[in-house]
Amino acid sequence: MSKLKNIFFVLIFSVIVLNSSNSAEKSPPFLETKWTFKGLFGKFDRASLQRGYQVYTEVCASCHSMKYLTYRNLAEKGGPEFSEAEAKAIAASFEVTDGPDSTGEMFVRPAKLSDKFVMPYANEQEAKAANGGAYPPDMSVLVKARKGGADYIYSLLLGYSEPPEGVELDDGVYYNKYMYGNKIKMPAPLSDDLIEYSDGTKATAEQMSKDVTNFLMWSAEPHLEQRHKTGFRVIAYLIILTVLVYFTMKKIWSRVESKV
Amino acid sequence: MSDHEYTPSSKFGKWFNDRLPLLTLANHLTDYPTPKNLNYWWTFGGILTFCLITQIVTGLVLAMHYIAHADMAFSSVEHIMRDVNYGWLLRYVHANGASMFFLAVYIHIFRSLFYGSYKSPREIIWILGIIIYLLMMAAAFMGYVLPWGQMSFWGATVITNLFSAIPLVGESITTWLWGGYSVDNPTLTRFFTLHYLIPFLILGLVVLHIWALHVPGNNNPVGIDIKKPSKDTVPFHPYIVIKDAFALLMFCIVFALFVFYQPNILGHADNYIEADPLVTPAHIVPEWYLLPFYAILRSVPDKLMGVVAMLSAILILAALPWLDTSKVRSAVFRPLFRQFYWILVADVLILGYVGAMPAEGLYLLIARVATAYYFAHFLIILPVLGWKEKTTPLPLSITEPVLGGSPNLAAARSDEKIEKTIK
Repeated sequence: MSKLKNIFFVLIFSVIVLNSSNSAEKSPPFLETKWTFKGLFGKFDRASLQRGYQVYTEVCASCHSMKYLTYRNLAEKGGPEFSEAEAKAIAASFEVTDGPDSTGEMFVRPAKLSDKFVMPYANEQEAKAANGGAYPPDMSVLVKARKGGADYIYSLLLGYSEPPEGVELDDGVYYNKYMYGNKIKMPAPLSDDLIEYSDGTKATAEQMSKDVTNFLMWSAEPHLEQRHKTGFRVIAYLIILTVLVYFTMKKIWSRVESKV
Repeated sequence: MSDHEYTPSSKFGKWFNDRLPLLTLANHLTDYPTPKNLNYWWTFGGILTFCLITQIVTGLVLAMHYIAHADMAFSSVEHIMRDVNYGWLLRYVHANGASMFFLAVYIHIFRSLFYGSYKSPREIIWILGIIIYLLMMAAAFMGYVLPWGQMSFWGATVITNLFSAIPLVGESITTWLWGGYSVDNPTLTRFFTLHYLIPFLILGLVVLHIWALHVPGNNNPVGIDIKKPSKDTVPFHPYIVIKDAFALLMFCIVFALFVFYQPNILGHADNYIEADPLVTPAHIVPEWYLLPFYAILRSVPDKLMGVVAMLSAILILAALPWLDTSKVRSAVFRPLFRQFYWILVADVLILGYVGAMPAEGLYLLIARVATAYYFAHFLIILPVLGWKEKTTPLPLSITEPVLGGSPNLAAARSDEKIEKTIK
């Protein structure tokens, strides 16, 4: 019996080793950075989210849409928490087509809090035509749509380099060691001092990558903070209840001499 | 079934019960004599009922907000995640609930396999269970299609394409299933309808499953027939109720850890990319709970035979009560069977693992060996073991666990106590 159990565990173990060594050759380990949203009480870094929005809107938004986000989200609890006035001002800086009005005409007006984020392209075809045939993916849930999540996005943003010898790249294709197949059509989007942060933080490529990844994590999981908070309460409640039920069970079963 | 007649104490109760014996049923359920030696592996029946109810309740609310349309399904799920009050909670409970449901059902099935719960006189309970399991797989598969992500779409394409392996009519059947010439809006709407229907079919079968269980009563870790009610049994309430509640709470803690802290770990990242019929994902894999069968499917080079092998792998379980020729139920008294049981567990885990890997090279070889072993276990090992195996002596009753052992004073004392509690 024990011999069999040993074989069983050796098998499981070898399967795990086989797996890890296999995945190791595919892509290098992700760059490490500390995320405040991880862990039992993980929360977003508010200032980082606000800076992240700035990176998104000044850099990414020229190609990438975020069609599931609404301007009101920017002022909501658990997010960047811009003041309502700030969020309104942000919205008003974009134009949307509305209508038809009472004369049947479409008209252009400044965006309101209730409008979705304005998209950079009218449709997928236009986006592809403007980007050498590659479609810049919508970034609303991008973090959840990539294996490795936030770590992957962060690493990818900083993973650009000259191609190693022997790797030929076509025009408009770049080398990125974290990209699947190492070839990416997006040129390195971030470089030091590309933008000027309104809060005075130094805009290094690392800082911007981290901020915008934070922002994307929030956009993919806008209720993350509430989830962590509720989760802790639920689990604490369940543990207390489980302990109480355990002693109740012991008491009830003490009437019969059978172990539970 | 409890044998004694039940008479409600109140006049109205008696009047009502004579017309619809619900109180008799309630009385039967509370008094239901249960072996007192059931271990925690027996708590998963209750846990599974909880899982089913959780899925139905969360699913009902999700269906109020979900839009079953190829152009809107993905964004309606995002709407649920962002704008519906506690929509994120409902969806994560529902999605992880499916995984927890399968986790529980696998433990439940392997418990039956270990303790021989499928053997006479419990064959019907077992077969009903297999039908429930099949329906669960259908419901889970269709549910996974509904968010209309990349894995939804391509998973649906792969699975529905299996029907095209049927000779002559295969192609027409696939077209009929799709409601068109590819997986598209008609496929999504019918999957949604069926996904809503199947849980209620399961609920009906669960009632039959429990009804069939209450005829012979529970099997138990010793696997011997016991007299009911007797010193070997306890009434279902409060003994089993409180024990099931305790186990359920432990299960809920694990469940909550997934829902609140790792809600996406059991899913596939590609399903957060909206379905695109023009882009095939690098690896199309089903959810973890279907992986062993996916491995069996891919281990056979011929498409039709692969489908046959996959279906047989499940249906062979229905024949298990007759394939296992041993008269002894519990593995506790079957030293050889016990070893083969653990090899089977390892075999299924290995199949699950290679099911997630690309079907090539070493993985394919392992999948083939593991598939062959899976069938050998049921078709060769179990029938032969029944003839050849020398089982260890069975006890006469639960309270006297070892045949010919010295009289157990502690057990004798407990008998007196239990007599009291039954009265």
